[in-house]
Amino acid sequence: MTTRYTKDHEWVRLEGYVATVGITEHAQEALGDIVFIELPEVGREVEPGDACAVVESVKAASEVMAPLAGKVIETNATIVEEPALVNREAEGDGWFFKLEIADSEAFDELMDETEYTAFLETLE
Amino acid sequence: MPQDAIPNDLPDDPTAPVLRTVPADALHRELGARMVAFAGYSMPLQYARGIVAEHTQTRNQASLFDVSHMGQAWLRGALAAEALERLVPGDIVGLREGRQRYTLLLNEAGGILDDLMVARRAHDALFVVVNASRKENDASVIAASLPDSVRLEVIEDRALLALQGPAAASVLARLAPDADKLPFMGVATVTIDGSACDVSRSGYTGEDGFEISVPGDAAERVAGVLLAQPEVAPAGLGARDSLRLEAGLCLYGQDIDELTTPVEAGLTWTIGKRRKMSWDFPGALAIRDQLDNGPHRTRVGIRPDGRAPARAGALIVASDGTGAGTVTSGLFSPTLSAPIAMGYVRRDLAADGTPLALMVRDKPLPARVAPLPFVPHRYRS
Repeated sequence: MTTRYTKDHEWVRLEGYVATVGITEHAQEALGDIVFIELPEVGREVEPGDACAVVESVKAASEVMAPLAGKVIETNATIVEEPALVNREAEGDGWFFKLEIADSEAFDELMDETEYTAFLETLE
Repeated sequence: MPQDAIPNDLPDDPTAPVLRTVPADALHRELGARMVAFAGYSMPLQYARGIVAEHTQTRNQASLFDVSHMGQAWLRGALAAEALERLVPGDIVGLREGRQRYTLLLNEAGGILDDLMVARRAHDALFVVVNASRKENDASVIAASLPDSVRLEVIEDRALLALQGPAAASVLARLAPDADKLPFMGVATVTIDGSACDVSRSGYTGEDGFEISVPGDAAERVAGVLLAQPEVAPAGLGARDSLRLEAGLCLYGQDIDELTTPVEAGLTWTIGKRRKMSWDFPGALAIRDQLDNGPHRTRVGIRPDGRAPARAGALIVASDGTGAGTVTSGLFSPTLSAPIAMGYVRRDLAADGTPLALMVRDKPLPARVAPLPFVPHRYRS
């Protein structure tokens, strides 16, 4: 199972044609205490860059973009009930939604872990 | 997530001016602060434990904030209070030695140029604390109106620390026994760890506490001694903002500015009784007219339904669909575990409980007008 990353600080994990999407450890750290999450409707068709989810900390609001084109097939209700789970488990149980994608080539074009780590260093 | 939403990004514009640092800058970095640009200074936004933990610590025990970016100044001369009264609506002449007052610097239209604390330290000496973003402007406005016999001395070599929370008094009493004798809004010079500090019993959190003006070269030592007390932990600007909004206190530049008047902002209590007889402060006629006829809009507290916060800038819509006003501050209250906001609404919509909608991401979020403060003040009486 491969994980890829976006410049908007999302991670994407692909299993077959199902991409699981969340925000990275860097993103949760930068946001601080997360207090509110809004997830997309199941069944929604999204294009890359579409605002799909909302994540708010005490201080800041942010949107989670669709990293790939696809259809939302599942969302993580647990993080709506318990937003702090994303702070604790950003890249695990704190996932946001699953997309059924048609094209895995676009996935391969996203950054791998080494590239994302290098990208983070350019932000320092 | 778009980069601009991440609060710790300092501007990468190569032409951006170099940020000023506070005297205890190294201490903040040592404590693991996340530093942000604020009013031209590099300031701690939060420390490792995060805004919610710092906020809760302040409500339950005590926190130490570094607010050295704020402007401190002396106004000296036998007629200092009379001179300042030409610019503010507060009763400064009647301010007794050892007492401090919250007041407003006004323009000729009655708009608020800044909000500030003024302390009487001697018959011919006033100590003032102003907002960081306004200090240059305030200094030129004040200096331009002073008679020759009164001078403004801007203080550049002192830090300002705020010790806030229900344990603040017992902590400070341990280090400076005289400090606990101060009443709310009282000021005195006390010695903390060998340094002469100007202490006022005031703050910006709604809790009992002190603001402590410290010589810059002693700031790290005094902060270190305060942080070594078991009840105290460091807190940053993030918690300061959520604490002051829960307390219903205005943030200059957000909730009040040159286009808002004391009447609209619900700050008419700052107009001194004597000043309301003589109406001899800037904008007095406009303010008097608003007092007599009611302002078009007024500052209110707002509680959104549900858990989504509405942020500054969100438009407010009345239940009949007409425009009602704008949110000026909004965040998630750690104490109430619910979103809270302040904003200006049309006068006919200002009653507690009035239903409103806040436009958040192009969708109307149901909300109600709510009394301020959201969390009761617990000042020393």
